[in-house]
Amino acid sequence: MLSFIGRSIIQKIITLFFVMVISFLIIHLAPGEPSQVDPLNPKFTPEMVERFREAFHLDKPLHVQFVYFYRDLFTGKTVSWKDNEPVLKKIGERFLNSLPLFIVGTILTWTLAFPIGIRSAIARGGVYDRSATFVSYLLYSIPGFFFAYILILLVVNAFHVPVIGMKTFGFGDVSVLRAVMDRVWHLLLPSVLGATVGIAVLSRYVRSQMLEVESQDYVRTARAKGLPSEQVHYKHALRNALLPFVTMFGLILPGLIGGSVIIESIFSWPGMGRMAFEAILARDYPIILSVNFISAVLVLIGTFISDLLYMVVDPRIHL
Amino acid sequence: MKTDQKNFVQKKDIEGPSAPQESRWQEFWRLLRRNRLAVAGLIIFVAFFFIALAGLVLTSGTSPVFDPAMVRLQEKLRPPLSEPRLEDLRPEEVPTLGIYLLGTDDLGRDVFSRMLQGAWVSSTVGFVAVGIAVLIGICMGGISGYFGRNPVRVDHILVAFCVVVGGGLLLAGAPFSGGVLLLIGCAYILSPLWWRKAWGRQSATRVMRFLYKDALSIDTLIMRLVDIMLCFPVFFLILTVVALLPASMYNIMIVIGLTSWMGTTRFVRAELLSLREQDFVTAAKALGVSDWRIIFRHMIPNAMAPVLVSATIGIASAILIEAGLSFLGFGVPPPHATWGNILSDGKRFIFDAPWLTFIPGFAILIVVLAFNLFGEGLRDILNPKLRERY
Repeated sequence: MLSFIGRSIIQKIITLFFVMVISFLIIHLAPGEPSQVDPLNPKFTPEMVERFREAFHLDKPLHVQFVYFYRDLFTGKTVSWKDNEPVLKKIGERFLNSLPLFIVGTILTWTLAFPIGIRSAIARGGVYDRSATFVSYLLYSIPGFFFAYILILLVVNAFHVPVIGMKTFGFGDVSVLRAVMDRVWHLLLPSVLGATVGIAVLSRYVRSQMLEVESQDYVRTARAKGLPSEQVHYKHALRNALLPFVTMFGLILPGLIGGSVIIESIFSWPGMGRMAFEAILARDYPIILSVNFISAVLVLIGTFISDLLYMVVDPRIHL
Repeated sequence: MKTDQKNFVQKKDIEGPSAPQESRWQEFWRLLRRNRLAVAGLIIFVAFFFIALAGLVLTSGTSPVFDPAMVRLQEKLRPPLSEPRLEDLRPEEVPTLGIYLLGTDDLGRDVFSRMLQGAWVSSTVGFVAVGIAVLIGICMGGISGYFGRNPVRVDHILVAFCVVVGGGLLLAGAPFSGGVLLLIGCAYILSPLWWRKAWGRQSATRVMRFLYKDALSIDTLIMRLVDIMLCFPVFFLILTVVALLPASMYNIMIVIGLTSWMGTTRFVRAELLSLREQDFVTAAKALGVSDWRIIFRHMIPNAMAPVLVSATIGIASAILIEAGLSFLGFGVPPPHATWGNILSDGKRFIFDAPWLTFIPGFAILIVVLAFNLFGEGLRDILNPKLRERY
């Protein structure tokens, strides 16, 4: 157990190092330079460009830049090229904005996907199962931005509530209830959109996992000895079918930082995804690289946690 | 010996139950017909293919039948199925069908011809991107599954490091140190040409023994590469690279292809690991068939099922990614219309001209849905374990 933990931590650190190198190379070897972004801007005199290049070590060779950049990142000194704000502070602010979307989206995904998947596994081949299958394919295939527009049209026409942004602008002195409802309405659509693909995929996965377990011998035995079907389904089958999903708790971690670029742009939600998109537009390399680095760390931590959980939950696995 | 022959003859005479006389395609079709959604997916798949082909023929060239770039400002934002106002148009501006089948956009371009062009652009992006991904996936998975146990020696790693870092430094503008590293690497690669003749194999000093030590296996190397690639947030990575590179259709295909080969690699590797232990591979080896021929002629055809499934679903997701990129303004650049482009141009007029949003939106939805349904149906058919359960 300990040796497994040690080995996998070392492995993950090596992986992380290569991720750092590759993302740095991708960004810096791509044609164009940040100092050339706006050559027509009269404020961008050659001296300014030179000062800029020197301030951000752009005149040094690539490997020196690499070391400088990650040293700054680990000591928290990296600043955005666009406005000289510390990157970590900016990411922290945007992260807090994305967090409610992530939480509501995850709760929606997990609370809806399980009942749907379990029910369609129990009633397999029936009308419910087939329509649930079709709807989940539909949700999986619909382009997110197109679905967003359909939902916006529906909600705005049916309920006459504003949905773009985090809250209605200039909504200062109203009762607490209305302010809360306003926030809820604004939160609802983006988080539903964020959850659609998750619901579709997860409910299919729950269904297939449940079917897998239902065909096992011990379920047949339970049925043969005359247990009521609820007990067979929910006690014998479901508990075993849930095993792989415990490990998926680790895998939702990367979603924390992912923040959908497209959905946040449509809803003008000032979250992580939109910040990353703006950083790409402005060629703000420190932010792009930091977001990339943090999300890689989260992916690695997520897989590590899911491995550990798997060992804890399933006594059949020894490493 | 004689009795054996007799038995054999007798056995042949008995009218016993024989294996069903069914070709692979017949079986495939029989199983597919049971899954109605997959059949619908296949039909739309084929129809989309022909529409895309027609789009390529009818909308490209110098004087296409349907001109997707023809601007008629006096006819902008006409709803679908509206008649052109012939008195305002010059003869060459009249739409080919005599009617705006799907309306016009804000520049008065015929949405029908733009959709036709978008069909082939989107499908090309999807197919080429997935083609690249599958090609890389099969090669990586093949090497990892077949040669997986072969060790990588310390000197291999050092040489690869020298060449890569040397090349990188050379490109990054440090010609001396880069050149030296590159030279050392190349010299080491070429050295066996005269090395063996001069010294033979006895010169195993301590340094040489360290260099020849097995560091890790090829399998580990490739799987760690897959892990590294899986660490990147995919859409964000694609967006970054596409935004940094000059805008072109080919860049988008290549970038989507280069970031989506990991699944195929894992499938192919898993299949090859089990195929490697089977008798026909041993037989091929005993016959002296070369390794690469065994991989590509004998093993890969047996491992194609999961690859086909993931390719079908991959095309769907490549089309979605392209549409998303176009939506954000980083898609295929303007002279070509794609469905994502049409939608993102039309979203500003969602209240005045909803068809500009809904026609491409539903087109993408239907095509992607068809690919996904067909892919899932294919998975059920090709995997005997899932068959009974459906």
